[in-house]
Amino acid sequence: MCTLEKSGNIFFLTIAGDDENRLNPTIIASLRSVISEAKSQSTRGSALITTANGKFFSNGFDLKWAQAAGSASGFKDRLHHMVELFKPVVADLVSLPMPTIAAVNGHASAAGMILAMSHDYVCMRSDRGVLYMSELDIGMTLPDYMTALVRSKVASAAALRDVLLRAVKVKAEEAVAMGIVDSAHDSREGAVEAAVR
Amino acid sequence: MCTLEKRGNIFFLTLTGDDEHRLNPSLIASLRSAISEAKSQSTRGSALITTAHGKFFSNGFDLRWAQAAGSASGSKDRLLHMVDLFKPVVADLVSLPMPTIAAVTGHAAAAGMMLAMSHDYVCMRSDRGVMYMSELDIGITIPDYFTALVRSKVASAAARRDVLLRAVKVKAKEAVAMGIVNSAHDSGEGAVEAAVRLGEELAKRKWDGEVYAEIRKALYPELCGLLGLANKGIASPRL
Repeated sequence: MCTLEKSGNIFFLTIAGDDENRLNPTIIASLRSVISEAKSQSTRGSALITTANGKFFSNGFDLKWAQAAGSASGFKDRLHHMVELFKPVVADLVSLPMPTIAAVNGHASAAGMILAMSHDYVCMRSDRGVLYMSELDIGMTLPDYMTALVRSKVASAAALRDVLLRAVKVKAEEAVAMGIVDSAHDSREGAVEAAVR
Repeated sequence: MCTLEKRGNIFFLTLTGDDEHRLNPSLIASLRSAISEAKSQSTRGSALITTAHGKFFSNGFDLRWAQAAGSASGSKDRLLHMVDLFKPVVADLVSLPMPTIAAVTGHAAAAGMMLAMSHDYVCMRSDRGVMYMSELDIGITIPDYFTALVRSKVASAAARRDVLLRAVKVKAKEAVAMGIVNSAHDSGEGAVEAAVRLGEELAKRKWDGEVYAEIRKALYPELCGLLGLANKGIASPRL
């Protein structure tokens, strides 16, 4: 599950799920609960840093769980369910009464990339991992709030088109140039340290 | 007029003839018909490249035809008529179920520049030709969907002001710096070749055209509102 620790004024939210940190209903509920906990304990000078361990920040919604429904309409329903469950996570982050920083330790794709971009700042490791909106390659359109989030945070029209309409896989340094990420760092520890600073 | 050819997966829409490719009612109708044909033949992995022969990509609406109405109100009517006829061309391109590339081989002004910018990618020659929103210099205001198109595709506020409110004539390299054009090339052939390479690269991804069009429309909600284009969700993925 996701954990929340407090170190001084800083809340550390660590995403922990399966090895890809896929956002299924259980993890999403865990995220909501942890974010709500941070909010209830917030004071002046609080800040939230979200990170994960391993190769992935998060690889998006749990499409295998959706497929396990056993039919096309069952798949659609489960996917829609995750889309609806995840919306309040984005809402909670966007309305959180403290600065938020995502320390991206690995791949962040689709809903996982949206999770990172729901934070005020993004520090990303540059040695491994990409940001990637995979929906076009998979063959799905994006929920409206996800497109709105990307449009809000990515000023460049060309970058917006490349991310959503060309489904580019972006490493940290390129992401900084595109305005998606604030800073690139040599390693996961570097990204977390920068987030802490 | 314009022609549509298919080579492999790529549709080539060409504005033919050595003239200014003024967007009069005939050429506009010809464009609509060609785009509609490409749409009806589209499959996964299709792409559209639009280019032109001669010195001009397109120099905009046919103002001489408008003036030939013989009176001020007659001219206004004819101009508004072209504005209305051209809107579905932009709508058709923005909702086309395949990636689109404009290979700008010459001057693109006013509605001609809008035609180029209605594409997902623009490859332009750098040795000749400018992009130019001439309306301010001519003394006409800009249709709402033109302004929305420029606002959707040109991120920089300063660039938008320079293009619309300063009527700058922009060569390819400057257009790349301003974010209006994706790449600049030494010649017309170079621009077309780059468009073909890009088209083939995009076609290889074998995207579902309907999903592509829906994601594209979602990027430009203000423009789609003015063009009367609605959005729908699609979730039929291959996993």
